[in-house]
Amino acid sequence: MTYGDCIRASITALKANLLRSILTSLGIIIGISSVIAMVAIGAGAESRVKESIESLGSNIMIVLNGSRTTGGARGGTGSNITLTEEDAAALQRDVASVEVAAPSVQGRFQLVFGNTNWSTNIHGITEEYMTARNWQVDQGRGFNDTEYRSAGKVALIGATVAEKLFPGEDPIGKVIRINKVPVQVVGVLAAKGQTPFGQDQDDTSFIPITTAKKRVLGGRWVKSNLVSQITVKVRDAQDVAEAEREVTTLLRQRHRIPEGGQDDFNIRNISQFLAARAESTRVMGILLASVAAISLVVGGIGIMNIMLVSVTERTREIGLRMALGARRRDILTQFVVEAITLSLLGGLIGVALGIGGSHLIAKTGDWPVLIEPQAIMMAVGFSAAVGVFFGFYPARKASKLDPIDALRYE
Amino acid sequence: MPAPLIVTENLSKTYHIGGGDVRALVDLSIAIPNGEMIAIMGPSGSGKSTCMNLLGCLDSPSGGSYRLDGQDVAQLDSDALASIRNEKIGFVFQQFNLLARATALDNVELPLTYGRVPRRLRHDKAARALEAVGLGERMDHRPSQLSGGQMQRVAIARAIVNSPQVLMADEPTGALDSRTGAEIMALFQRLNGEGITVIVVTHDEHVAAHAKRILRFRDGRLVSDEPVAAPIRAADAVAAMAVPEAA
Repeated sequence: MTYGDCIRASITALKANLLRSILTSLGIIIGISSVIAMVAIGAGAESRVKESIESLGSNIMIVLNGSRTTGGARGGTGSNITLTEEDAAALQRDVASVEVAAPSVQGRFQLVFGNTNWSTNIHGITEEYMTARNWQVDQGRGFNDTEYRSAGKVALIGATVAEKLFPGEDPIGKVIRINKVPVQVVGVLAAKGQTPFGQDQDDTSFIPITTAKKRVLGGRWVKSNLVSQITVKVRDAQDVAEAEREVTTLLRQRHRIPEGGQDDFNIRNISQFLAARAESTRVMGILLASVAAISLVVGGIGIMNIMLVSVTERTREIGLRMALGARRRDILTQFVVEAITLSLLGGLIGVALGIGGSHLIAKTGDWPVLIEPQAIMMAVGFSAAVGVFFGFYPARKASKLDPIDALRYE
Repeated sequence: MPAPLIVTENLSKTYHIGGGDVRALVDLSIAIPNGEMIAIMGPSGSGKSTCMNLLGCLDSPSGGSYRLDGQDVAQLDSDALASIRNEKIGFVFQQFNLLARATALDNVELPLTYGRVPRRLRHDKAARALEAVGLGERMDHRPSQLSGGQMQRVAIARAIVNSPQVLMADEPTGALDSRTGAEIMALFQRLNGEGITVIVVTHDEHVAAHAKRILRFRDGRLVSDEPVAAPIRAADAVAAMAVPEAA
């Protein structure tokens, strides 16, 4: 008997008891559809969290200057400026897991345009900073090489700044004054929204680091290579901890800090968010897996139950098939295929219902859902496996029947 | 002269039931040539069913030897016996044993599915077998749409579809009225005339009288083995019964 024959025979047998077949599959249908829907909702929620973390700049860490103690008073972070542009270059060059290391300087200044003004954070940046923090230019253009190198009087303003300084106006090409220095707005940054802690990321403005040092910050910054911070982007989020160790080692070497001495810099990263995300994903995964496992086991027991009934009901048919030349393997295959057909059909209906249900939730609840093909393939694969596992015992029982007894069975 | 189709020597079957031994068949030694039509008779418990199960390769003997078509089948395992049943033996049962959900054609095709015959060929063979038993018009009917005699014809078509050497019938007319029974016996005689060996198990003397030779069993032993001088020609009986109805 070929598999094609087996499948045809199974479908005939299942159609003969259509209601019973549907009720039997119900366990699998409910299990699979709820798993598909829950995975879709979970993946949707995760993608939303991931998006908001990524707006901060995924897998980045920030190296800040350390503190200086003057006469017993400890100055706090940034009071002891030791980080240099060369440090940033060295990090990018010598630490393999670092994609970019962007030096920057910053200060808070009043921006003035005409008779309006607005106080915001001004960052003096290099091109790497845009990459590291994943900033995009929404209108206008970014800085060009010349402007970066030769202290061009240009600025990129955040969406919030554009709104405050230029309500209803096009800011591109307008000249604003930062700390009395006139600069031309060449672009508006794409809005990033709030950080997970409610801070407005768009309330900011960028100027080239050279411009910041020479024209805006002035003073000791003018001829120095010092920077306020180095923003480090790690290639892979999983390497953040490792990268932090390597960055620390390299900076300690460069700053000639003896063994046992205090770091003269601080490293901040968002790896704790990543860890929390991984943890919540893991818990979600365990919950989903246990729901799936329980429902599939329950569904599988239902299938086994009905297959045992079916084998008893069809004892004479089995005897007849054996008399006509069916080998034990043929009978075994037939009943296992029947159980798989039952569970697989349940699985497929469950997948369809699950997808439909998730779309319904997405539509009515304004909740992001993400249907992953792997989840569907896993669901279908598991439902087939349930058929094999729970169909085997009844099928084996059928194949062990004695043809003479089976033929005489009333 | 060619070797007989069926040769048994001291063929025995003993069942172990509740600590005691039941000798269902004791030292059966017979030879059945090709083209024979045999009736096996005896009261219940006489060993006739055991004899049929052994000759039909549904069961393995406890002792003795059995050669079917020159092949020693006494020691074969269940899969090998299944192949022999599939290729060399056709079964007809009292209760027809058709699959209720399948059409006549599908029922007749069933032995071919286990013989690994390609699908197209199966249809042709099954259709020819149904035509041979006079049911060429009812191939798509389900058993519930057929009369008892028609169902038994489907069962016979199923038995002969794989061109077996032996047809084994267990009380084939037991569930039929006498006229339909005569038609079925006429069909067996016609198939026998075409060369197939027929073995009918029955407790009905009238049915047995259609055979060329009668084996009688009692208490597990063969007690008589006699040829029938003038077997009843079932076709004549059918014709005789048809006359008053036509008038």
